[in-house]
Amino acid sequence: MTDRYISTSSEWTFATIEAYDREIARIARDKFKLDTYPNQIEMIRSDQMMDAYASIGMPVFYNHWSYGKHFVNVEQNYSRGRMGLAYEIVINSNPCIAYLMEENTMTMQALVIAHACYGHNSFFKGNYLFRTWTDAEAIIDYLMFAKKYISECEERHGVEQVEMLLDSCHALMNYGVDRYKRPAPISAAEEQNRQKERELYIQQHLNDLWRTLPHRGREREEEKTVRNFPPDPQENLLYFIEKNSPALDIWQREIIRIVRKVAQYFYPQRQTQVMNEGWATFWHYTILNEMYDEGLVNDGFMMEFLTSHTNVVMQPGFDSPYYSGINPYALGFAMMTDIRRICEHPTDEDKHWFPDIAGSDWLSTLDHVMRNYRDESFILQFLSPKVIRDFHLFALEDDDRKNTIDVAAIHNDEGYRRVREMLSLQYNLSQQEPDIQIYKVNVRGDRSLTLQHVLNDRRPLNSDVNEMLRHVHQLWGYDVNLHSVEPNGRTVRSFHLVGEHH
Amino acid sequence: MAYIVDRRLNSKNKSLVNRERFLKRYQKQIRRAVSDAVSRRNITDMEQGESITIPKRDISEPVFRHGQGGKRSIVHTGNKEFVQGDRIQRPPSGAGGGSGSGQASADGEGMEDFVFQISQEEFLEYLFEDLALPNMVKRQLLSSDSFDYHRAGVSEVGNPAQINVVRSMRSAHARRIALRGKERRRRREILAELEFLAQSPWSEDVESQQVVLQAELARLNIKIHAIPWLDDFDLKYNLRVKIPKPSPKAVMFCVMDVSGSMTQDIKDTAKRFFFLLYLFLKKNYEKIEVVFIRHHTQAQEVDENTFFYARETGGTVVSSALNLMGEIIEERYSPSQWNIYVAQASDGDNWHEDNQRCHDALIKDILPFVQYYTYIEIGDRDPQGLWYLYEHLQRDFLDRFAIQRVRNNAEIYPVFRELFRKHAGEEVD
Repeated sequence: MTDRYISTSSEWTFATIEAYDREIARIARDKFKLDTYPNQIEMIRSDQMMDAYASIGMPVFYNHWSYGKHFVNVEQNYSRGRMGLAYEIVINSNPCIAYLMEENTMTMQALVIAHACYGHNSFFKGNYLFRTWTDAEAIIDYLMFAKKYISECEERHGVEQVEMLLDSCHALMNYGVDRYKRPAPISAAEEQNRQKERELYIQQHLNDLWRTLPHRGREREEEKTVRNFPPDPQENLLYFIEKNSPALDIWQREIIRIVRKVAQYFYPQRQTQVMNEGWATFWHYTILNEMYDEGLVNDGFMMEFLTSHTNVVMQPGFDSPYYSGINPYALGFAMMTDIRRICEHPTDEDKHWFPDIAGSDWLSTLDHVMRNYRDESFILQFLSPKVIRDFHLFALEDDDRKNTIDVAAIHNDEGYRRVREMLSLQYNLSQQEPDIQIYKVNVRGDRSLTLQHVLNDRRPLNSDVNEMLRHVHQLWGYDVNLHSVEPNGRTVRSFHLVGEHH
Repeated sequence: MAYIVDRRLNSKNKSLVNRERFLKRYQKQIRRAVSDAVSRRNITDMEQGESITIPKRDISEPVFRHGQGGKRSIVHTGNKEFVQGDRIQRPPSGAGGGSGSGQASADGEGMEDFVFQISQEEFLEYLFEDLALPNMVKRQLLSSDSFDYHRAGVSEVGNPAQINVVRSMRSAHARRIALRGKERRRRREILAELEFLAQSPWSEDVESQQVVLQAELARLNIKIHAIPWLDDFDLKYNLRVKIPKPSPKAVMFCVMDVSGSMTQDIKDTAKRFFFLLYLFLKKNYEKIEVVFIRHHTQAQEVDENTFFYARETGGTVVSSALNLMGEIIEERYSPSQWNIYVAQASDGDNWHEDNQRCHDALIKDILPFVQYYTYIEIGDRDPQGLWYLYEHLQRDFLDRFAIQRVRNNAEIYPVFRELFRKHAGEEVD
């Protein structure tokens, strides 16, 4: 048997990495039917990993002070031993680029290859959000274009101007995504051509929108007759500003667009954290166990692997000093494993709760789950009573009108559904982020922009709001108003920022 | 099958630009931290890096987020004793804050500061930002050290990095034309003849002629091909010559009073001043010479170590130091060649009769020849004799004489900056 081991040393070489990758690829493809982009594995040093951290993992990215801040922070914490670096970073691109740290042992490299190059990779290729919203073919080219464009802007308009604009864009980044509309994919080359066309078009379009200067006397009557603009509230603030702001130059609109595109590219990742990590963790666990069963790796390898794996999926309880919320690796892995269990060995409870999947083929069921859900729907659909029990989940309700915090549900028969719904909400981004939309532009009057914040469970905005209005104003150029409104239409609080342009 | 790339040899410091931009954005805070550090530190660890602290509030990037209040729910793990319907007392506000919110620091209290390190190099960079020795105008050719490289045509010898490709290829081309011209002409003739023969009716004579021509053609081809495409002597190199660069010669005199009236505190302050000056010169002016003079009733020229650490003391005769300086200038630093700078520190206490001698020495031997003379008087007391004397003198030498009073360590750095502030275009003000 011994001679079937791929390697027994903990040191890796390029030859052994290739050998492991060959076996992992074979198992992933032939046995478990994982469909992946081709892989590109890049070996890097720890300081390069810190660089990668700082540019949100992307191999090319435009420059901005905030990435420097991030880098300084990581460097500080890492050099003081306060944090470890990730074993890998993987990029949703085609080919799928994965960074592996040279410090990893052979076992860790194998784990990481299975996790990133076959787990995450197949998720990127299969999940509907990534398929709809991101273009793995074009992202690297697009980022090159973005970096070049922004550095040209810096040369032409000064670093400071560009930095100010990017500050404002970054502040609004989470409000620069389309949540429902679906974009048409385009290539980087096309993007470059279209950028020129856009320049022309936008200016004409804008001139049309703002053509009429306000007339003093008639202002009031006219305002009544003018149709509402925008006709419907707009959720994508950056898009609206890019297309309609009266105060921006062409290059500024293009930069807003770049930030928007980047935000949109990362939007699926923010919505599939539990699923994505759960999926990748499930597969590194399953594939490496398969390798052990085939006699490709020895006991020492498995011991080391299981130690790391256990650390990854550790979930401390709420009263532990290590507790920092629910660990997406732990929850995702537990749920994926549980789905397999429900398929293979359903109990009566499972048959009652999951009649559709209990006893079905686990491989195709998991594949279906991976392709068609995001965290919110995944939890709402598949969080089983068993996982709730295993995690001892309980839900708290904190209402500032009451003196106490109430335990709303725990892991018992009455509580399962409630816990599941509340946990699902917790992963619903539109629940977590305040609902702020562009409501009205005073087209014929003072050009002021009005945003509306629809209160959710009476939760107010935090103290950043004034700073945020300054950023909106920076992009819009004229007065900005924001109203916090109850769902029934009652305005609770208003914020105003009067511009200096008058 | 994956494609594996080794990126470990790729350049590091990809984040350098971002880091610099970050430092630039917070340079106000960094400068403040640097300036605080200077007055806090011991002389011996003056030149280390520094950790910079910026309040989290200044550095956070704003986003629209929910604040405290309203109704919210959260799911936790690890339930042990709670059952549905339990009511938990709210923790007192500010104490951990945790409970349901998941945003422990939303109220702005207990926020951690953002802390990071700058290196020694960066520390000194900020420390001496925008400072310069004024009036450094005397420049001349030095024998060694400082050179500019200029292009000076092409040469037959040189190192491979300096190959001039165009000239090399041109020369090779010319050589090939020259060496092959005769053969190629002959070859063309043969080919034409062969063609002619091929068209003429067959005879033995024609055939034998063809054989002869074919043989010659083969010989010619070998000869032509034997000529190398590129030969050693075709190679031409860009020639660069060293041209000595005129550079300024400068000397700094550090004159410190170590008399009995200087208390330990005052001496410490003076040493801080000189140490800053010394670091500044070392960092920004590679080739400046420094002369250390300490004096009580007598003055002596000492090395750096003695200057900063020796403890000998006595009465006060300031003119002794000025005279010594005059002698040294005359002996070693001819004012026609050297930019001369003086920094003097004292508590201002001097033997009364000596003031006149100081006045004479300054007027006659020193002030006319120096680029810049700085004097700091240290202490809490009213200005002393020396101060009045210098104040009087300053009126006649406004362009090169600066005097400042320093009360304590904390004032050293600001005064230092004031004395050596870089003037726009180096004009005299």
